[in-house]
Amino acid sequence: MTVDAAAWDALRLSLWVACWATLLAIPLALWVAWLLARREFWGKALLNAAVHLPLVLPPVVTGYLLLMAFGRNAPLGRALDAIGLQLAFHWSGAVLAAIIMGFPLMVRAMRLAIEAVDPRLEDAAATLGAPRAAVFVRVTLPLILPGVLAGTVMGFAKAMGEFGATITFVANIPGQTQTLPSAIWAALQIPGGEGQAVAMVLMSSVIAVSAVLLSEVLARRVAKRIAGA
Amino acid sequence: MTLSLSLSHRFDGFALDLALEAGPGITALFGRSGAGKSTVINAVGGLLQPDRGRVVIDGEVLMDTEGGIYVPPHKRRLGTVFQDARLFPHLTVAQNLMFGARYAPRGSTGPAQKDVVALLGLETLLARAPATLSGGQKQRVALGRALLSHPRMLLMDEPLASLDGPRKQEILPFLERLRDGPLGLPILYVSHAVDEIARLADTLVLIQNGQVQAQGPLFDVMSDPAAVPLLGVREAGAVIEADVLEHGNDGITTLRISAGELELPGVHADAGARVRLRVLAQDVILSLTRPEGLSSVNVLPVTVEAVHPGDGPGAAIALRAGRDRLLSRVTARAVAELGLVPGMTCYAILKATTVAPGSIGR
Repeated sequence: MTVDAAAWDALRLSLWVACWATLLAIPLALWVAWLLARREFWGKALLNAAVHLPLVLPPVVTGYLLLMAFGRNAPLGRALDAIGLQLAFHWSGAVLAAIIMGFPLMVRAMRLAIEAVDPRLEDAAATLGAPRAAVFVRVTLPLILPGVLAGTVMGFAKAMGEFGATITFVANIPGQTQTLPSAIWAALQIPGGEGQAVAMVLMSSVIAVSAVLLSEVLARRVAKRIAGA
Repeated sequence: MTLSLSLSHRFDGFALDLALEAGPGITALFGRSGAGKSTVINAVGGLLQPDRGRVVIDGEVLMDTEGGIYVPPHKRRLGTVFQDARLFPHLTVAQNLMFGARYAPRGSTGPAQKDVVALLGLETLLARAPATLSGGQKQRVALGRALLSHPRMLLMDEPLASLDGPRKQEILPFLERLRDGPLGLPILYVSHAVDEIARLADTLVLIQNGQVQAQGPLFDVMSDPAAVPLLGVREAGAVIEADVLEHGNDGITTLRISAGELELPGVHADAGARVRLRVLAQDVILSLTRPEGLSSVNVLPVTVEAVHPGDGPGAAIALRAGRDRLLSRVTARAVAELGLVPGMTCYAILKATTVAPGSIGR
């Protein structure tokens, strides 16, 4: 069985989109997780709800809302268009969709990790003269690393598998916006396309399983270092 | 170095309202659990913002709620040692020590890492992870870490409270070295253990129900009969200084105090050293005549300075012995029978076994 060039294209695009989405989402997810874990402010419940919304909304609805906001004729879309950034029907839109869909999973894992860090350790660091940013980088971050890794893998896997919001927002243009799940779906629409679909299903399964295994290994190594064994 | 602080803070059903000063040496804050001691430490260190208050150190205002001044903890340069050590679990002992040194202000003076390692006996622990250390070892590392941040004052919040007897003994000499050594670092020391305070403090502040009940030089406050209920009747007692004269072959050491000589077992200091003796009030017996044929040889002529009746059947008697002051706790009935009044002379019998020089040294 030979695998079509289109399938390899879809794989490449999916990896590209997932990597961008994960990298861009990490700092933002960390910040939101920290806000939710350590700060009290007006509208905290609202922020929490907004973060979790993509988890409960049908993905196609999220995709439609993105189209409403960032489409060619939407105000936001027009503004971005003016600076040469087109999101709708473009792979960068797939990145945005992947970020939004994976965000609640990333924030959740990171928030739990931050809440598990004893804030008294951070107090102690402050009394030693460490400014707040240094406390975060040198004390909090190393201690939450397993949670950050877990959240990152979840976000990456979600980005690789995202389908509904992506196909609604950026369509399914082979070579341009056709991600692996979209390509699998497309292959299944064509009589005799099952062979290609199976090949791509294998690709996504291998990537998903490797990501989980890798995160497990990394998290175990970090936890071991923290426990000082 | 002078720290002056006033603060008032309200918790659920508890109000703290006090003012105190801490100079050079070790200033101990004593009070029962829940007296508000840790709140004071946290307010000084900047980890707690009180409702109202002002903290000034050597003329520099660190906090003033009226003036809207609040210097954040990392700019206060007050090294803090907490009861629970709070070592960073992901760093080795050496890295924990370096964390303190990293943020010491440029150009600040203070001990070097190798001096601290030697002072606290950390040589063999440097590569270890905090999780593998005993409680006493953790506290030594926490102390070293705080010292290396070159603080202008050390805040210690019950640093020995979670340690058992032998572990305590492991730390106390280091604290004494810190007090008497060339660092001369002022320390604000919170504790609810009278033995630690008797051994370490230069100045004592007694706190009860969120208020300062007494403050002054340790020797004065410990021998103040009014302090007996604050310290607890079993714990109250004067602290006096003594010079070690000689050690006998039978394990008995002769010491000189201003009112005479004492013979005590279990004194470990070298001849010529000056030690602190803690004489519990309940272990000082009074006699109108010089007693003969007693098993205790530690009898001192004393003058009654004050008679302080307690709430119960007991009374605290302030005594002067030479230049020192002692405290005796007797029953109110004994006060009446002996006719104890200020100015009269009598004899104090110190039960040798209960004077505790082993845990007190200087």
